[in-house]
Amino acid sequence: MSAEFWNMGGYALYVWGSFGAALAVHLWNVLSARAQRRRLLDSLADSEGEQPVDE
Amino acid sequence: MNWTWFHRLGSPPSFYRFAGTLAPWLGGLGLAALAYAWYAGLVLAPADYQQKDAFRIIYVHVPAAAVSLSLYMLMAVAGGIALIWRMKLAECVLIATAPVGASFTALALLTGMLWGKPMWGAYWVWDARLTSELVLLFLYVGVMGLKAAFDEPRAAARACALLALVGVVNVPIVHFSVEWWNSLHQGSTVLKFGKPNISAQMAVPLYAALLATYLLAGQAILRRAQNELLSRERNTRWVRETLTELGGDPHVS
Repeated sequence: MSAEFWNMGGYALYVWGSFGAALAVHLWNVLSARAQRRRLLDSLADSEGEQPVDE
Repeated sequence: MNWTWFHRLGSPPSFYRFAGTLAPWLGGLGLAALAYAWYAGLVLAPADYQQKDAFRIIYVHVPAAAVSLSLYMLMAVAGGIALIWRMKLAECVLIATAPVGASFTALALLTGMLWGKPMWGAYWVWDARLTSELVLLFLYVGVMGLKAAFDEPRAAARACALLALVGVVNVPIVHFSVEWWNSLHQGSTVLKFGKPNISAQMAVPLYAALLATYLLAGQAILRRAQNELLSRERNTRWVRETLTELGGDPHVS
């Protein structure tokens, strides 16, 4: 990629800042849901052995 | 018409499985659409004749803002269903949507600031569009805070549903703020009735970015709703069976 492309006509900070923030949000959405699941499965594994009840 | 499929989908184990099947598709297609949209938006689309390359922020700002409003509507509808029919799945969708919606609202605000600085000369102005979008963020964060404040999940969901429903009045304010008040923020370019005021070369990447953002937000909501269901139903037989199916390594999805 050329320097001209990365420079974005002088708006590099704003353009790349925006796309970087978007990338961070998409990543956070995937990773935070995954981390939530991991924590939950750990806590469920800890409480194993309690009697299951059906509703 | 036969509605059995709908009732079946409303049952926690069926929805859990359905979400587990659908989520990877939404994630994969969303990622592909995002890759295309960003390549086309950053490389293929020509610079705007007025805004030059700064206009490219549209490819992250508009999808984030559109999704932030749509997810609020989803959250409010789920809240209504949760309040009226006390449907467990609706409560889970409501709880799952709040953090995802908050993330895209924050992104819309941040990219708006990064776009406002070079174009308007200010990161922030207390204008109707910007202020109502900030209120939207507070509503999402409020729902998340309410959820965290209750130990009992059903009581939490009822409180969250009420807040979500009261806050829905803000959604048309955000959407129509640029028409109702004199705003620094421009009117709709694409998301309106009639012909879009944008050339196809610039519009197609925007449609792709919108599609991508909706798909990825959908993926995140399904995953969080799955977590919420597992947590709520932890003492039921289907969760025990699901955990057994996951086998020795509980970290495999």
